[in-house]
Amino acid sequence: MIKATVYVTVKKGVLDPQGVAVQGALHSIGFQEVESLRIGKYMELTLDTNDRAEAEERLKAMCEKLLANTVVEDYRYELEG
Amino acid sequence: MKFAVLVFPGSNCDIDCYKAVEEIGESVDYVWHTATDLSAYDCILVPGGFSYGDYLRCGAISRFAPVMAEVAKAAEQGKFILGICNGFQILTEAGLLPGALRRNESMKFRCHDTVLKVVNNETPFTREYAKNEEVIIPIAHGEGNYYCDEETLEALRLNNQIVFTYGDNPNGSIADIAGICNERGNVIGMMPHPERAVNTLFGSEDGKRMFTSILKSWRDSHDTASIS
Repeated sequence: MIKATVYVTVKKGVLDPQGVAVQGALHSIGFQEVESLRIGKYMELTLDTNDRAEAEERLKAMCEKLLANTVVEDYRYELEG
Repeated sequence: MKFAVLVFPGSNCDIDCYKAVEEIGESVDYVWHTATDLSAYDCILVPGGFSYGDYLRCGAISRFAPVMAEVAKAAEQGKFILGICNGFQILTEAGLLPGALRRNESMKFRCHDTVLKVVNNETPFTREYAKNEEVIIPIAHGEGNYYCDEETLEALRLNNQIVFTYGDNPNGSIADIAGICNERGNVIGMMPHPERAVNTLFGSEDGKRMFTSILKSWRDSHDTASIS
């Protein structure tokens, strides 16, 4: 078994309205040091394989095909086990 | 002429689309998302709603529904495909139209009439409008903020693929874009709902001409005498 973690965030340069709203909220309650804030998605996957290279290749395909929309989102992942 | 209205789990503007086709007196069927044959249809309407609960991203899961392979085939064959609201999101996720729809800049779900400018009246969907005509068509969405990169935007402009723009941009869309078509002009996606503006009882009938435009385009290409 391999555990995979996928992080999807709005691309740099693409407006993240949620991030902007939350940043504004932090400012309004006294956290002025917050210079930027971006909200993303966190996904945990358990993969039924022990072949790390294959797992990585297939995970990348999952990100490209479904988990992220690369027109507006970036993704990165970590593999464990 | 035969219209199909696709129905995904979570579609909620399918009945409006169906009624809009009835309004122009043409034949229409609901087609479930598991269908694998669209050969009987001349125009495919991808309706609004929250297909698959908008899980992950709007349209991300629906674009893998069995019927979508048939929609791609129909697009290839030059059939008319109109994606409205969630239908537009599905068509971009499927890669049949460029760009993506993001959360509205205001973070609010906007549901009201909008004034649209008909930028391109040469598509099969807009030929009954005048160029630069202003029409009133309602929007109802939380994620209609159109985005594409500079290069794509330039291509959209160059190929005259921007079909509708907003008079007063309600969602932060790049270049005030409300609707676009593919390069060939047979696939169109738009956030506003023309099917909700087909009778003065609804407050506007400006959307009806989209449906009559499609019919006219179909008749022209099939050399059928106009009955109405």
